[in-house]
Amino acid sequence: MLDIDIADLKKISELIYQKYNYDFRNYAMSSFKRRVLRIMELKKLSVDALLKKITEQPAFINEFLDELTVNVTEMFRDPSFWRIMREEIIPAIQLNHKQFKIWHAGCSSGEEVVSMCIMLQEMGILHDVTLIATDLDVNILERAKQATYPIKNMELNEKNYIRFQGTKSFKDYYREENGNAVFHKDLFMNVSFRRHDLVLGEIFNKFDLVLCRNVMIYFNQNLQNEVLKKFHESLFKYGYLAIGSKESLIWCDYASRFIVVNNEEKIYKKIKD
Amino acid sequence: MSKFNLNNSYKAVVIGGSAGSFQGVVKILSQLPKGFPLPIIMCLHRLKHVRNGFVEALSIKSVVQVTEPHDKENIKKGSVYLAPANYHMSVELGLHFALSTEEMINNSRPAIDITLGTSAFVYKDKLIGILLSGANKDGALGMKHIHDRGGLTIVQEPSECMIDTMPKAALAVTKIDHVLKVDQIVEFLKELDKQYR
Repeated sequence: MLDIDIADLKKISELIYQKYNYDFRNYAMSSFKRRVLRIMELKKLSVDALLKKITEQPAFINEFLDELTVNVTEMFRDPSFWRIMREEIIPAIQLNHKQFKIWHAGCSSGEEVVSMCIMLQEMGILHDVTLIATDLDVNILERAKQATYPIKNMELNEKNYIRFQGTKSFKDYYREENGNAVFHKDLFMNVSFRRHDLVLGEIFNKFDLVLCRNVMIYFNQNLQNEVLKKFHESLFKYGYLAIGSKESLIWCDYASRFIVVNNEEKIYKKIKD
Repeated sequence: MSKFNLNNSYKAVVIGGSAGSFQGVVKILSQLPKGFPLPIIMCLHRLKHVRNGFVEALSIKSVVQVTEPHDKENIKKGSVYLAPANYHMSVELGLHFALSTEEMINNSRPAIDITLGTSAFVYKDKLIGILLSGANKDGALGMKHIHDRGGLTIVQEPSECMIDTMPKAALAVTKIDHVLKVDQIVEFLKELDKQYR
């Protein structure tokens, strides 16, 4: 059975950091290990061969990142979250700012961006919102931009949409093309996709709402702490932060600068600068 | 009653189950000795989109309140944990949980192999793994990890299982120390509990 020890995992993350300036050194070990093993299995590489390939083939790094980062997601994941967004959070933001900005941090293949745009469209406010979707991985960003997904994924997405109680038929939002669902471009008129590194990247804008659901679970607690500081700085006062339903901020230094708006859906509000 | 030849070196119990395991788990949790000294870490197959209700149903008769841990939550002695819906649940070296939304394994998220495998890595020979009734082979590999790292392995007696695919798969890939009916698993845990008194 393929295995790798912690020392070798550290060697890999250190090498990637030194050579390519991607920092996986503070990733949660259990999932990082599974990802690396997965790559070794896919590419039929030993630890030494993997280290050699990373060292000698700079072109390999994008492929490596694409496999390393977890890109499994669904549209309208946790429909109850999206209902709260529609009924409480977005209306609350609009009380203060009719036009506002959303950051999808770690947007992966863009399913959450699609969900958000559909929701905003149905609320009739899509044109009032600027959305910035970022990810570390350029390949996955490219896929997100295409907004094209295997048709077989649509069954689950549509089920979620129905539970979200969307007002249209889910099929209205895409056309079928070669076994894919291609979402209509006009949904994304106010979305810009950018490469951004949550770990090493700078603060680049201020937002009314930051969504970072099930991204920080791949980080260890030190890194979660650091990233929360960045989100804090990237939010306007009284802006909202949404994380995954089983994530928690309570052990972070900056937790006291937020209040819990909805504990079930893990939606927080920045109350202190 | 020393037939299990137990000692007090164990640090955790991990339980996997799928179709047909609910009654067994309820029985185990309801007859758990008060103040059971080890954490019980459970990964049971469940509907992906139903977040609520399962933990409550398990808690009704349980001696200890069952909780679904948050990501990075510390593992406490005597607590009973259940892998939350639509997340894989790993145990990390710092004795806390890490959740993930990686690909399904054996069509499952949470996958039993992940919870069992990471527990085996962390607890080594200080772990007891129990695999109950189920309709697929998830958990078999996890049980192998537990055995390979020196832990103790138990599967539910296949003839008692509603669906015996899961324990049989484990029996096929690794050495299982005890094949027990649920009542005997309860007895085992009571016996284990005594080692810590």
